[in-house]
Amino acid sequence: MTTVAPPAYDDVTEEFEPVIGLETHVELGTRTKMFCGCPTEFGGEPNTHVCPVCLGLPGSLPVANKAAIEATIRIGLALNCSIASWCRFARKNYFYPDMPKNYQISQYDEPLCSDGWLDIEVDGEIVRIGIERVHLEEDTGKTLHIGGATGRIHGASESLVDYNRAGIPLVEIVTKPVPGTGARAPQIARAYVTELRDVIRSLGVSDVRMEQGSLRCDVNTSLNRPGDDWGTRTETKNVNSLRSVERAVRSEMIRQAGVLRSGGRIIQETRHFHEDTGETTSGRSKEEATDYRYFPEPDLAPLAPDAAWVAELKAALPELPRVHRQRLQTAWGLSDLDMQSVVNAGAVELIETTIAEGASPEAARKWWLGELSRKANETGVELAAIGASPRQVAELQKLVDGGKLTDKLARQVLEGVVAGEGDPAAVMQARGIEVVSDSGALAAAVDEAIAANPEIAEKIRGGNQGAAGVLIGAVMKATKGQADAKTVRELVLSKLS
Amino acid sequence: MIKKTAAELGALIASREVSSEEVTRAHLDRIAEVDGKVRAFLHVDEAGALAAARAVDERIKNGENLGPLAGVPIAVKDVLATEGVPTTAGSKILEGWKPPYDATLVQRLRAAGTVMLGKTNMDEFAMGSSTEYSAYGPTYNPWDLSRIPGGSGGGSAAALAAYEAPLSIGTDTGGSIRQPGAVTGTVGAKPTYGGTSRYGLIAFSSSLDTPGPCARTVEDTALLHAVIAGHDPRDSTSIDAPVPDVVAAARLGATGDLTGVKVGLVREFSGEGAEPGVMASFRETVDALAKLGAEVVEVSCPHFLYALPAYYLIAPSECSSNLARFDGVRFGLRAGDDGNHSLEEVMSLTREQGFGPEVKRRIIIGTYALSSGYYDAYYGQAQKVRTLITRDFTAAFEQVDVLVSPTTPFVAFELGSRTSDPYQMYLADLFTIPTNLYGGPAISVPSGLSEGLPVGFQIMAGTLRDDKMYRVAAAVESVVGTLTPPAL
Amino acid sequence: MTAISREEVAHLARLSRLAVTEQELDMFAGQLDVILQSIARIGEVAAADIPPTSHSVPLVNVLREDVPAPCLPREKALAGAPDVAEERFRVPRILDEE
Repeated sequence: MTTVAPPAYDDVTEEFEPVIGLETHVELGTRTKMFCGCPTEFGGEPNTHVCPVCLGLPGSLPVANKAAIEATIRIGLALNCSIASWCRFARKNYFYPDMPKNYQISQYDEPLCSDGWLDIEVDGEIVRIGIERVHLEEDTGKTLHIGGATGRIHGASESLVDYNRAGIPLVEIVTKPVPGTGARAPQIARAYVTELRDVIRSLGVSDVRMEQGSLRCDVNTSLNRPGDDWGTRTETKNVNSLRSVERAVRSEMIRQAGVLRSGGRIIQETRHFHEDTGETTSGRSKEEATDYRYFPEPDLAPLAPDAAWVAELKAALPELPRVHRQRLQTAWGLSDLDMQSVVNAGAVELIETTIAEGASPEAARKWWLGELSRKANETGVELAAIGASPRQVAELQKLVDGGKLTDKLARQVLEGVVAGEGDPAAVMQARGIEVVSDSGALAAAVDEAIAANPEIAEKIRGGNQGAAGVLIGAVMKATKGQADAKTVRELVLSKLS
Repeated sequence: MIKKTAAELGALIASREVSSEEVTRAHLDRIAEVDGKVRAFLHVDEAGALAAARAVDERIKNGENLGPLAGVPIAVKDVLATEGVPTTAGSKILEGWKPPYDATLVQRLRAAGTVMLGKTNMDEFAMGSSTEYSAYGPTYNPWDLSRIPGGSGGGSAAALAAYEAPLSIGTDTGGSIRQPGAVTGTVGAKPTYGGTSRYGLIAFSSSLDTPGPCARTVEDTALLHAVIAGHDPRDSTSIDAPVPDVVAAARLGATGDLTGVKVGLVREFSGEGAEPGVMASFRETVDALAKLGAEVVEVSCPHFLYALPAYYLIAPSECSSNLARFDGVRFGLRAGDDGNHSLEEVMSLTREQGFGPEVKRRIIIGTYALSSGYYDAYYGQAQKVRTLITRDFTAAFEQVDVLVSPTTPFVAFELGSRTSDPYQMYLADLFTIPTNLYGGPAISVPSGLSEGLPVGFQIMAGTLRDDKMYRVAAAVESVVGTLTPPAL
Repeated sequence: MTAISREEVAHLARLSRLAVTEQELDMFAGQLDVILQSIARIGEVAAADIPPTSHSVPLVNVLREDVPAPCLPREKALAGAPDVAEERFRVPRILDEE
């Protein structure tokens, strides 16, 4: 069979319309697990954060975590959902070794929150993503597959299970299908996950770090020709970064178009996204959907959130990130484009905090979008993890404002801060970086330079101010760059006028 | 000594006329003497029992006031987790399993100073009405060793009837405390669902399982009830309300005065389906209640006849899910792990080997009833019947204080006589099941003999009105007395 | 009311991870039939407008505070395990990806 080259993306979006859907799981940052009092902290030795309940030992019973329920309701409210006045947990029955009871306590036809939306901004336009449901469930343990090539299941000869993470509270957020996104489907998917992440982070209920697994995303994609019914959708898993969300949607759209164009049919299945190739491969077939035999969880009482309490939670919701950003943009006097750069760099909160520490908006923006963003890109590190804190950046700018550092010197100091050498003042001390403020020493250096370059001095006396550059250069060299070039120039000119 | 009631023993121990150690030894000796024939016990914890007895004696010597049952021996159905002591639920899949924790009830028994003699035999995972489905062999009825002691808690009841223990703990999902009580001539009470903690109870049917007290007298049963009942924050279905004063109610009933008490005869249970001898004993007892001053009326509970089919959908459905955890991964039996089988195969082989036929049957029924496409027709419908039955009970209790019926349609049947037809076995629960679906309390108290075998009288009350049933039960006992089986 | 076939029993056995034998398949198919037919009786009374009861006691909002409680020491957690390796529960190779 000859391999046909995949169609070009533009051709795909000309011929087909995509429908996307996103399912995200958020690990809540509660202190204890969903149904027992075992701690949720990371890094414990295997099977040390366990008890009869989260091990699923015979006779154990679950008791629901109030903080987890409150967090879920807040997420639902932030997503404009209706909160159920009465709902139950349900058992989702299937066998797998990381599920101690061989059923997961989740919610089925009675989610805690439903029917909401999230507005996201893409290319200056607001797109409304419908939210189908937000519900609460428990996470599984972790399985290590031993003996296979890549640490994955295929080829493994045995597996080792650690139940420390079994029972961590998990919130599942499912969008309604999103049609009409056209060629922007990949961007919209990414923008949705980004905004969702920011909303949840602003609530303080989870770290939501995709690279750590506290935010997980599955993407559903289908294609149809204009006017036709929606096509069969596939589910793509192992999407571990925002960039992967975008790439996964795009790659799946291209793949499906290729299949449909050649007269084939899309199989309803779960696909696995590969970071390295940017492609998806076939995983489990979902043709024969697993029968989970859901029924209401008899070991847990129904939830009936008090209306007054829900109203309180709603009133206390923090500003939505988008609204917050709008307010900052106005306060900082930035254009849409400039603000977008700040957002893209992941610098909103960093700049905000730097300003709170005393820097001006312009200065904060300059450092974070300039020097620090450059370093972050070079080293492939996230801006927030670059090694300099907003407080340190504010301190640095204060030193420049006070004349203790030139802009150039400040950059050197910043390098030291990022390298972990300490606060700006400490780096200045250790490295001996400081603007030469001793006017005597500076005057002496200028005199020396003038004496060493009599012809140049003559030219300057004769009115050729441009020649001062050589003398300035000499003084800078003599002071190891720690003189303020402007001051030196003034001194030179005044001495030779 | 072993023929004494728990109340008597408790008093003797408290007054130091006799030590708990002596009492415990006497019962351990009795077990050694007769349990070869009765087989009530799966595990006898001699060392643990004597140590506990000595500890209680020490505390009493130091002047501590420990409560009416301190130092009294007790047997515990092997479905409750006892830390460090084997707990099998009557199944091979848990052979040798020693739980790393105690059930709440076991903790409360310890705190009350009772002395656990050991774990009693039961139908596997509490599924059965004769204890013939225990993977470790049946228990034999002390009244007639060729007959069943009832189930699923046959061991707990037989231990009482054989004087191996004055107290025992059972669990009741469809009648598993009451029916064994009836066929062994002992008292067995199912408290209001949620009245006793299920934390540590190996689950069969979560919305029905109820641990409860068993003894040879109503007062003993009430004393034990008071020790084990009460809210448990580790059980989300546990009721957070004061325990009804069952001991006071039992003592009131013992005076034999039931003036002002309204007793309802369930019309649908008053004739068909029960052996003539059982019905005769039942009617005699009803007459006796009337003579004690009770007003007896007939009440119709039309949906009670649908209880059996509804139960046989709800219980297996819940159990099919509850038993999924027995897969050979974390505890218990693991079969087929020889390097040639995948985990899925090991799980299947483990469960095939570890579960008996009745358990497998119910898992398959339950899986079927919950399957997509069948949920609404089976499980969903059964939950509606539950609503209807609850309405029947609620309406009835507006008219009467308690409802009465025979506990079970037949006296102890012969071993092997009902095991080839599961449906014939299920009929034993005909009268006990409605209460489980409703969640209310019910008690079985001996009402007499039929052809030399005990007959049980069932008294049902409204939720959290356990006191009412104890009063009437004590009144029955004041007329019938306690039954004494032939010597073993 | 359809009868329950051997194939259906086999499917249910797979779903519930029970490696039933051929004889058991036959036996169960026969026994389940009888039971299920009697269970069909409840259809007589379970009308559409009757709400189902999932919990007999009307409790709601039984919750606990987000406060840590003591865990099981690891030796106890692993004590009953059929096979342990590297402080984890060891199982043979898994076929189904989840």
